Amino acid sequence: MLAMNYRGPYRVRAAHKAEPEIEHPGDAIVRVTRSCICGSDLHLYHGLVPDTRVGTTFGHEFTGVVEAVGPAVEHLKPGQHVLVPFNIFCGNCYFCQKELYSNCHDTNPSATAVGGIYGYSHTTGGYDGGQAEYVRVPMADIGPTVIPPDLDVDDAVLLTDALPTGYQAAEMGDIEEGDTVVIFGAGPIGIFAAKSAWLLGAGRVIVVDHVEYRLDFVRRYAQCEVVDFKQVGDMAVHIKKMTDGLGADVCIDCVGCEAAGSFAHTLLGVKLKLQGGAAIVLHWCINAVRKGGRVSIVGVYGPTFNAVPIGNAINKGLTLRMNQASVKRHLPRLIEHIQAGRIRPSDVITHRIDLRDVADAYHLFSSKLDNCIKTVLVPPSALAA
Amino acid sequence: MIITDAQQNPPRSQAERHAHIVGWGADLDHAHRPAYPMERTPPRLPHAVPPPEQQHSHADVLVSSERPRITPVYGTTLPPKGLSGWLRRQAFRHSENDLRHWMMLLLADRVNVGEGLIDDLSRGHVPNLYAEMGGRAELRHNPMGAARKAAIGIAALALIAVALKRRR
Repeated sequence: MLAMNYRGPYRVRAAHKAEPEIEHPGDAIVRVTRSCICGSDLHLYHGLVPDTRVGTTFGHEFTGVVEAVGPAVEHLKPGQHVLVPFNIFCGNCYFCQKELYSNCHDTNPSATAVGGIYGYSHTTGGYDGGQAEYVRVPMADIGPTVIPPDLDVDDAVLLTDALPTGYQAAEMGDIEEGDTVVIFGAGPIGIFAAKSAWLLGAGRVIVVDHVEYRLDFVRRYAQCEVVDFKQVGDMAVHIKKMTDGLGADVCIDCVGCEAAGSFAHTLLGVKLKLQGGAAIVLHWCINAVRKGGRVSIVGVYGPTFNAVPIGNAINKGLTLRMNQASVKRHLPRLIEHIQAGRIRPSDVITHRIDLRDVADAYHLFSSKLDNCIKTVLVPPSALAA
Repeated sequence: MIITDAQQNPPRSQAERHAHIVGWGADLDHAHRPAYPMERTPPRLPHAVPPPEQQHSHADVLVSSERPRITPVYGTTLPPKGLSGWLRRQAFRHSENDLRHWMMLLLADRVNVGEGLIDDLSRGHVPNLYAEMGGRAELRHNPMGAARKAAIGIAALALIAVALKRRR
């Protein structure tokens, strides 16, 4: 089969590899119909996530048709078109019992700090991802959700990560009616966090980025205010000026470890790897939020240490919440929102690219060329569908 | 009777102010929020979930020293091998709490890139670095950037050539 193949930082190609097989009685084999490149795939692509082995296939956002199921699978049938949450979870362990599916304890032998994730290095379990024609889906009775007949597959693929992560980012901010919410990052997650902030009753939503076309997009799509951080002096001071000197009620980090905006952080974290990436957005969140405010973090950070102004967080009495999204938990409500016309996630898809051109797709997305917001890869076997 | 500004223009509610935003406040009520409360028991899965059986395979899987045994389910792709594999095994002697664990894994990743190149060449495949780094997309959507990178590359090669010539 054809699959994306990682060869090293900034180098990927489409190559043939063996088709996946049923390796556990609870597995399914899924023929991929859509897969996305996620902003967090770029951390892998740039070589920042430990234990990313050459030859890995990335891709944790995908939909597909069930081709085969293992003997223990009772509820999923071949032929069903499913969306597959990016978390691989058992539904039974201590954490799954608390609906913390992203923290599953039984699907990732390599680390206890993170659960299993498709195509996201051996640090998250060593599973191949969905940027391929076929993918092994463990715990097939639990993770995959059959796509409702009235749901477009392009909307469905964004329910596997991007929309639930944006929604959870807003929800972890514990937004109350009228709150001022500042979101750092105008990529797909930031865009969906902005839309979600309105669903949760925010009074004011401000999105911060430095790429003009992304700011234009989020302003139109999410009807929010925008700030280009390159056009203002000090980001935290600017937010204070916008909020009567108090600071925002909620700040949300939708950027993670490769944030631009600070030469020192970029040099130390991204170039020299002396900390787990550039933590400048964490600084902005903690310093721009009001005393007693909430900071929500869904941007991906590596497991190594970061310089974070925790003293300011303590003195300001902040609540910090963070996690990978427990996608399955959010799906019923988010599907309702789509069906009710409150949000159409596929509007963020700007590029549909043949899987054979995966190297161009990664470069396009990574370098923010051609006004790229979200890229969907379509395998040759699904092109006709 | 004096009509004040407040009576003439009463302050609008949040709902009125945001009436133009489709779906505003749909999840204002905590009961509509899927992740409220933060930890919820029991989980709302569509059916009962038994504990997973233990997966059996011959794949060499590195297991965190912070857990008592291998997980019931795991990935089997790309077992550790070569020098990078040796480095990864050394890394897994340390816990996730130990910075050496992560830094050795990052080092192993860099070594693995070289191994990948050797592996390609040993199979008779010369990797097309230009294509693998998205050169075609760069040329099409950022021709000035592509030209700049090409010029920098040529200048660097020229400098190396001059330096080598002088040493001779």
